[in-house]
Amino acid sequence: MSAETSLIKARGARIELAQVRKEYADSVAVDDVSLVVEPGEFMTLLGPSGSGKTTTLNIIAGFTTATSGTLTVGGKQMQDLPPHRRDIGMVFQHYALFPHMTVAENVAFPLKQRKVPKARRAEMVEAALETVRLGGYGHRRPRELSGGQQQRVALARAVVYEPSVLLMDEPLGALDKKLRESLQLEIKRVHQEVGSTFVFVTHDQEEALVLSDRIAVFNDGGIQQVGTASELYEKPQSLFVAEFLGESSTVRGRVEPDGDDSCLRVGDRTVLAAGRLAKGSAAAVVVRPEHLRVQPVAEPVGPGVNALPARVTQEIYLGSGRKLELALPDGTVLLAREQADRLSGVRHGDEVTVVWDVERGVLLDDASGTTHPPTSGDRIPVAAAEKSGR
Amino acid sequence: MTALIEIASPASGSRPRKGAGGRWGWLLLPAVALLAVLFLVPLGLMAWRSVTEPVPGAGNYSWFLTSDVALATLVRTLTVGAAVTLVTLLLSYPYAYLMTMVGARARIWLTLLVLLPFWTSLMVRTFAWVVLLQDNGVVNQLLGTVGLGPLQLIRTPAGVVIGMSQVLMPFMVLPLYAVMSGIDRRLLDAAQGMGARPAIAFLRVFVPLSLPGVGAGALTVFITSLGFYVTPALLGSPDQALISQQIFTQVNGLLAWGRGGAMGVVLLAVTLVLLGLVGVVLRITRTRGGAR
Repeated sequence: MSAETSLIKARGARIELAQVRKEYADSVAVDDVSLVVEPGEFMTLLGPSGSGKTTTLNIIAGFTTATSGTLTVGGKQMQDLPPHRRDIGMVFQHYALFPHMTVAENVAFPLKQRKVPKARRAEMVEAALETVRLGGYGHRRPRELSGGQQQRVALARAVVYEPSVLLMDEPLGALDKKLRESLQLEIKRVHQEVGSTFVFVTHDQEEALVLSDRIAVFNDGGIQQVGTASELYEKPQSLFVAEFLGESSTVRGRVEPDGDDSCLRVGDRTVLAAGRLAKGSAAAVVVRPEHLRVQPVAEPVGPGVNALPARVTQEIYLGSGRKLELALPDGTVLLAREQADRLSGVRHGDEVTVVWDVERGVLLDDASGTTHPPTSGDRIPVAAAEKSGR
Repeated sequence: MTALIEIASPASGSRPRKGAGGRWGWLLLPAVALLAVLFLVPLGLMAWRSVTEPVPGAGNYSWFLTSDVALATLVRTLTVGAAVTLVTLLLSYPYAYLMTMVGARARIWLTLLVLLPFWTSLMVRTFAWVVLLQDNGVVNQLLGTVGLGPLQLIRTPAGVVIGMSQVLMPFMVLPLYAVMSGIDRRLLDAAQGMGARPAIAFLRVFVPLSLPGVGAGALTVFITSLGFYVTPALLGSPDQALISQQIFTQVNGLLAWGRGGAMGVVLLAVTLVLLGLVGVVLRITRTRGGAR
């Protein structure tokens, strides 16, 4: 980027969605979504397909009109403005480059709409192409470029007019893994250079972790939790977030009806965890694989540690270490990851004790336990398991 | 003719593989044989007669090039062809666009509406136009109720253009629809997202992308219109005849096979030259764009 363009670097605008709702004839796509994206922030809307994240993005862009709720960008009411008057950049999953124009004409398109003088236009186009490392590609046609290059052109076209907000709808979805990873870094760099507010939609949680300042996790049309990657990973507020983001092991049970309110009864054992829930409610303790340890049954269990009997059902070599799949007596499957330099001696088929530090387990409300089909862990009635244990 | 084929298959970005014809070329034999016997041989005979009858030499051609009537007929034929092409384009573009916008069921109806006349005899349709367009026909009566007319429609070039446009419209609608339905609508969203008003997005993105369909349709309609006989004969005026009528008069009425043949050859030559020009223009626009 030339010194001149970086001087007038676009300052990101604040985006505010308040009680936004989108109804279709027979379904609710977005259900009361409220979200604030800070100026210059990289916000990712993460969720499975059909969770409302793309609809939310389209509402910000103006391609979809919300049934109710308000949208402000940079303090301006936006919900009734047509897309072409919002001054928002957008990158689409399938690039949406104009096939009848050259790369340079594509990137110049938004500048033309803004009546930027011709000489200035050429300069800005070249600068934008430099930003995405495609300097000198201006005379080519989109179809002469690879998928990754095309998406970089789309990125250049979206940042060339320095919009205060840039929206990206699964822009890397159509690319292979290697390319995706290098483009993620590219996007992150462009975000830092341009300084616009980025809103990025993806269903790929790894991508979300790499790119975002904050992540809004969507499910069933609503936002489950908004936070930094580490907040979401370490302090998930719902079972959905815990299980959607990264790998996790979930132990389901019921909070002890009498006694400690952070003590979960799992079969004939109890498990302690950080957090507290109403006594007697269905709950789950979630532990990340790197916090689970496996030790021989004979080895004593230290204080401040949860321990459950398990059997090793799968051993997966990862290079940097290995992953163990462990089955509890009730069938629940747990994942444990061991670093290469700290491998335990256990093998496939061994009876072991799986242990973790109490503060590593997060106690969460298991609302799904009643509505979803029972997992294998729920099948054994707690009372019966208790009796047989004593 | 390659120009036409290339325009007609814009979606398939790549050309057919070369060399594929070698092993399967014989499949073309029946078609080639038929063309040779029914098309090339008569064409050759006609060209031969144009330089041998009534006396050997280029007499028929010099007659054509010095005859005001013959030249006027050629110009009239090209003009009517251009007018028909323009009228069908103006009618078909919005129609084809509508076809891409509606649901599957409505699209079937719209397609049927285009094809229905196709399945009706040309004679029947043309006589229907005679009824509709005559001086106290349905069209003039309708015009009368709104205080217009009566207009002289039948036995005028306007009447010929109306009738021919109706006959040729499917040849415009179908290629337009084929190309338009392949245009990615998200491109229009993208254009609007970048600040283009909907009308600008349509003009700068949709229209250019639909041009291959316009080209294919226009070429088909124009070339087909040059050979029309029945419609101009029934709807037109004898002193405003088109070239096919003149050829018929020369051959059938005056038994001047040589002159008729010369007119046919000139029509063919003019058509080929026009096609060649279109091809050159296309090539220039493509090379300028650095495509393929």
